[in-house]
Amino acid sequence: MFSKILIANRGEIACRIIKTAKKMGILTVAVYSEADKDALHVHMADEAVYIGPSPSRESYLLGDKVIAAAKQTGAQAIHPGYGFLSENASFCRNCAAEDITFIGPPVGAIEAMGSKSAAKNIMEKANVPLVPGYHGDDQSRDIIKKAADDMGYPVLLKATAGGGGKGMRQVWNESEFDEGLAAAKREAMSSFGDDTMLVEKYLTQPRHVEIQVFCDNHDNAVYLFERDCSVQRRHQKVIEEAPAFSMSEELRTQMGESAIKSAQAIGYQGAGTVEFLLDIDGSFYFMEMNTRLQVEHPVTEMISGQDLVEWQLRVAAGEYLPKTQDQLVLNGHAFEARIYAEDANNDFLPATGKLTLLKTPIESKHVRIDTGVRQGDDVSVYYDPMIAKLIVWDENREKALQRLAKALSEYRINGVVTNIDFLYNLATSTPFKEADIDTGFIEKNHDLIFHKDEKPLVNELPIAALFLILSKENKAKQQAQQSNDPHSPWYNANAWRLNEANLHTLILAHNETEYTITIEQKRQGNDAYYSIKVNGEQFDCQGEILTAPHNDDTIVATINGHRSQTTFNHFENNISLYRTNGVFNFTHILPDCGQHNEDDNHGGLIAPMNGTMVSVLVQPGELVSKNQSLMIMEAMKMEHTIKAPSNGTINEVFFQAGDMVDGGAELLAFTAQENTSEESE
Amino acid sequence: MAKIVSKINTRSQDFLDNAVHMQTQVDDLREKLSEIKLGGGEKYQERHVGRGKLLPRDRVNALLDDGSAFLEFSQLAAYQVYDDNVPSAGIITGIGRVAGQECVIVANDATVKGGTYYPLTVKKHLRAQAIAKENNLPCIYLVDSGGANLPNQDDVFPDKEHFGRIFFNQANMSANNIPQIAVVMGSCTAGGAYVPAMADESIIVKEQGTIFLAGPPLVKAATGEVVSAEDLGGADVHCRTSGVTDHYAQNDHHALEIARSAVNNLNRVKPVSINFQQVVEPAYPSDDIYGIIPKDTRQPYDVREIIARIVDGSDFHEFKALYGNTLVCGFANIYGYPVGIVANNGVLFGESAEKGAHFIQLCAQRKIPLVFLQNITGFMVGKQYESGGIAKHGAKMVTAVATAQVPKFTILIGGSFGAGNYGMCGRAYDPRFLFMWPNSRISVMGGEQAAGVMAQVTRDKKEKLGESWSESDEQSFKQPIIDNYEHQGHPYYASARLWDDGIIDPADTRQVLGLAISASLNKTIEETKFGIFRM
Repeated sequence: MFSKILIANRGEIACRIIKTAKKMGILTVAVYSEADKDALHVHMADEAVYIGPSPSRESYLLGDKVIAAAKQTGAQAIHPGYGFLSENASFCRNCAAEDITFIGPPVGAIEAMGSKSAAKNIMEKANVPLVPGYHGDDQSRDIIKKAADDMGYPVLLKATAGGGGKGMRQVWNESEFDEGLAAAKREAMSSFGDDTMLVEKYLTQPRHVEIQVFCDNHDNAVYLFERDCSVQRRHQKVIEEAPAFSMSEELRTQMGESAIKSAQAIGYQGAGTVEFLLDIDGSFYFMEMNTRLQVEHPVTEMISGQDLVEWQLRVAAGEYLPKTQDQLVLNGHAFEARIYAEDANNDFLPATGKLTLLKTPIESKHVRIDTGVRQGDDVSVYYDPMIAKLIVWDENREKALQRLAKALSEYRINGVVTNIDFLYNLATSTPFKEADIDTGFIEKNHDLIFHKDEKPLVNELPIAALFLILSKENKAKQQAQQSNDPHSPWYNANAWRLNEANLHTLILAHNETEYTITIEQKRQGNDAYYSIKVNGEQFDCQGEILTAPHNDDTIVATINGHRSQTTFNHFENNISLYRTNGVFNFTHILPDCGQHNEDDNHGGLIAPMNGTMVSVLVQPGELVSKNQSLMIMEAMKMEHTIKAPSNGTINEVFFQAGDMVDGGAELLAFTAQENTSEESE
Repeated sequence: MAKIVSKINTRSQDFLDNAVHMQTQVDDLREKLSEIKLGGGEKYQERHVGRGKLLPRDRVNALLDDGSAFLEFSQLAAYQVYDDNVPSAGIITGIGRVAGQECVIVANDATVKGGTYYPLTVKKHLRAQAIAKENNLPCIYLVDSGGANLPNQDDVFPDKEHFGRIFFNQANMSANNIPQIAVVMGSCTAGGAYVPAMADESIIVKEQGTIFLAGPPLVKAATGEVVSAEDLGGADVHCRTSGVTDHYAQNDHHALEIARSAVNNLNRVKPVSINFQQVVEPAYPSDDIYGIIPKDTRQPYDVREIIARIVDGSDFHEFKALYGNTLVCGFANIYGYPVGIVANNGVLFGESAEKGAHFIQLCAQRKIPLVFLQNITGFMVGKQYESGGIAKHGAKMVTAVATAQVPKFTILIGGSFGAGNYGMCGRAYDPRFLFMWPNSRISVMGGEQAAGVMAQVTRDKKEKLGESWSESDEQSFKQPIIDNYEHQGHPYYASARLWDDGIIDPADTRQVLGLAISASLNKTIEETKFGIFRM
C-alpha cells in the first residue's frame, strides 16, 4: 500500500478522498490554486502544494504541475477525483513515465472510452446492447440525416467528444433536423473544439441506470449494483438513488453482467461506471462508460457498505478486490441530492458569493454530507458551484425519501442562493414519491415542482403569520432580557391598545401575490392565542418556535385545533416553510421608505452572475432597440445574453471578450431613450 | 406573602347580573371610542390618505417598536364639549416604546378640523408634556396641524396654560435632557412652526411637511408676494437653506424610521433601581372584576377581591389588617414591580386615615410606588368624629399623599367624592397617572346628598316664611340636581375635560398599571420630605 498519495482535485471529492486515506493511515498531499489557498481540502491534507492561479486551466488542469507537486512531496500515487485530469489519457501516461501510480484505469481504457463513437464500436463487438444509431466517421449532413430518418424520430444528436449535455440536441421531426444539427455542432465546436456528431434513437421515457463496476489487476471483476440517475435537468444529474426502483433481481444480474462485459472489453482496472438507458419494456442500451469515480458514488457505498475510495487505493496498489460478487449484499436504499449554488427560479443561473450561514443536518448512519466548504467560504466563479452532496440511507425507498426531505429542510445556507428548495419540492412531489420517473421528469413535472399551480395556502399563510408574530415576541423577550428592566410589560410584543383589539397587521408575499393579514391577540398569559384573519377566513392559532441547537428549527402551530410541526428557515425578510407537500416561501413586505426610487434608474446594465465575457455585440455611441442582444456572457458552460431593457444609447462598454466578470459588475453604461423618470425629477 | 383567597362565587346570580351591567358600560365605552378613533371621519381620512399621508394612528403604529403597547391618554378628550365634533380633541397622545425606549408621542390628527388646537387640544398636549416631564420620557411630536383654532383663540392663546406653554415646556424639558424630537408630516403654521424649531432634532417629509410663520394667503395679504407652500416652507427649503429641520424624509414611513433612529442615538439608560420579582399572573382572572363590582353602587364589597385580580400571584402583604379596616393597605407586586396599595373599603375613619398616612410614609421611605384604588364617599361625619379629630387625621393622610415623592397611580374604581378624593390622591395630588373605570363617579359629593342638602336648606327657608313644601315639589326640586350631578360626575364628562388620563376597561387595570409603573421608573425616585403632620 502507498504511504503517501496526492489528490489532484479540490472541493468535496478531495476532502472525501483524504478522509479514506487518513482512515487507512496514508499521508495526503493536496494541491491548490490561488482561490483555494484557504480551502477545506488544503486544511485537511497533511501537505498542500500551490499549483497556480485560480482558473482551473492555469492550475488544476495542469498535469505537469500536479506531477511536479507529487515528486516534490514524494507522493507515490495520484488520485484524480472526478473532472479535471481524471479522464485525461496523456496525464495518465505522464504519471506512468514519472513512476507515479495513477489511481484509475489504464491509459488504454481511458482512450477507448474517451470517444463515444469509438466506445460504442467496441461495445458492439463485445455484444453489449446499444441504442440504434449512427456513430460513423462520415460526418456529411446527408449521411447523418439518412441515419436519423431510418431509425425514426425523435433522435438525439450528440457530440462524440461531448459530456454534460453540451453539444447535444433532441430532434423531434425531420423538419427540425438541420437547425438542430447546426446548433449542436456549433456548441460542440465551442465546448470541445470538435464538432463530430453521432445520432441515436431517442427513447421517450428512458431511465438513466448505471452500474458501478470494479476490476482489479488480477482479472477479477464485480459490480456493486446500480444507481438510478434519471432525474436530470439539462442532462445534469439532480438526485440519484440506489438501488433503482422496481428493479428485478434478474434485470439487475443481466445489467451487472453486461457492465462487467463492457469493462472487460477494454481491459478495465479500478472503479468505473457503465451507463445504460433503461427502456420501459426492460430493454437496456449501453450509453457510455465513465472511467473514474462518479460524483454519485456515495449512494452505492451506502447500500453496499463498501468504501469505494478504499477499493480504488487497494486496486491501484495491486491488491485483490476486497469482496467477490457473492459477498456483496445490497442493503436498504440511498439517495443523493446535489446541493448547488444556483437559482432554480431563474433558469438555474449559477450563483456565487460568501456562505454567510452554513449549517448542515446532523450526520448519522442515515445522513451523510460530502462537502468541501465551511461557513464563511466563498463559492467562486472559477469552479463548479456545487456546495455539497447530501446522502441519506434507510431500509427502504419510502423511509429514505422521508429522510431526504427532512435533511433538506434542515440544511441552512444563506448568503448564496441555492437549489435546496427546488430539491425539497422535487423530493416531496407525488410522482417522485411514487417513482414515476424517467429522464424527462423535471420537464414533465415542472409546474408541480416549481409550485406554479395555485397551491392552496390554507394552512401555510396562518403558519407564516404566526411565525412572524412569535418571532417578534421572542425578539422582544431577548431585548427585555438585555435591558435593565427585564419584566417591563413594554417588552410584551402584543401590540396592546387601550380599549380596542390588539391588532398586528402584516403583509406576506407568496409567488408575487401579496396577502394582508391581521392578527389579533386574544387573552393573556398562558391562555393567549391569536386570531389570524386572511383572505376572509379566520384561524385561531397558538404556537411555539423551537430553536434546536442544530437545524431542525421548528414551529409548532395549532391552527383551529390542528397541531402540526413545520421546519422553517428565516433569513432577513424571507420565511421558508418545509411542509410535507413542498416548501413554501414567503416574503414579509415591509413599508416602503421611499428610498428605492432614488437610486433606481442610473441606466447601467449589471452582470447577472460571475462569468466570462464571450462577446460584445455593441459599441459605444450605438443606438439599440429594446431586447437587442448587447453582450454574451458565459458561466458554468452556459451562455447568457444581456439584452437592452429599452430603446436607448450605449454610452460606454466596460468589458471586452475574454474578460472575467464579477456578478453585479456594471457591464455597460446605457441611457434609455424615453426616460420617463427624468421628467418627474 | 399571603395569597388573597377569593370568596366570590362566579356562579351566583348577583355575580352574573353585575357582570352584565359592567359589560354594558364597557361596550358603551368601546362603541363611543370606535367612532372617535375614526378621527374626522371616513371622508377626511380618505382625503388624507389620498395625499400619500399615513393616518395619525398608523403613524404611531409605524413609529413604535414592532408589537409595542401604546398607552393612549384621554381618548374621550373634548367629547360633547364643543358645538363642533372634535374627536379626541384632534390629537393623539400616549406612551409607546420606540427603539427600546418609552417615549411620549404627540400626534396631530389633521383629519379633525385640520389638526387645529381647541382649548382642550392645548390641555391634552400640555398634559402629555407634563407626563413626559414627570416621568423623564423623550417626546416625539408628529406634527400635522394648522395651529390655533382661530374662533377659540381667547381660550387657546393668552393664558399661562395655553399654546405658548407648549414651547416653554419644550425648552425646559430640553434643558433637563428630556429629548424633544419633531417630525413634520404636514402643516406646521404660525405658532406651530416653533414645534420643530424648538425641537432638539427635527425631521420633515418632502412634499408633505411645511413650516412657516405665515402661510401663502397671509404672505399675499401682507406683502403681495405670491409663493407656493412648498417653496415657502417645504422640506427642501428647511433642510437645504433655512436649517429649520435636520432630516429630509421621502415619505411618512421614512420620516418615522429616521425618528426611530434619532431615539436610538439618545444614549439613555433607564435608571431602574427597584427590587423587582419574577412576574406571576394573578391567581384569578381579571374579568371577574365585572361580576364583583355591584350593580348597586351603595352595596359594599371587599376591595381585596379587586386587589387579588390585579397583583402578581394575588399575593398581598397586608399592613394593619385589623386596624382602621375601611382602608386596606399593603404591599404587592405588579409585573414584578413592588407597589404599595391603598384601597378604600368603606368610609374613612380617623384610624383609617392615620393608617393610610403611616403606610404612605413606609412607601416613601422605601421608594415603593403607590397605587390608589379610589372608591370613597368621604370621611366619616358627625359629632363623635369631629370631636375625635377626623379633620386632623384626614389632614395627615392628605399631607402624606401630597408630599410623597414616589410615583403615585390612581384608579377611580367607584365613587370619588369630597375630601376622600384628596386623601386618595385625586388629580390635584399629582399622581403620575389617573384612570377611571366606566362605573366610577366623581363630584364634590353624591348627587343624592347634594340634592338633599340643597332641599334641606330650601325647606328651612320656606318653613321660616311659613310656606309649605310638598314632598312632590321637593322631589321635582331635587331631581334636576341629581341629574346634573350624575351627568357631570360621569366619567365621560370627566374624561372629556381631562380630569383624568382616560377611562379604562376594569379588566385592563393590571396591564395599564404595569405599563404606567414601568414608564414612571424612567425618572429616579427622589427622597421625600413630608410636611408637618398635625398630631
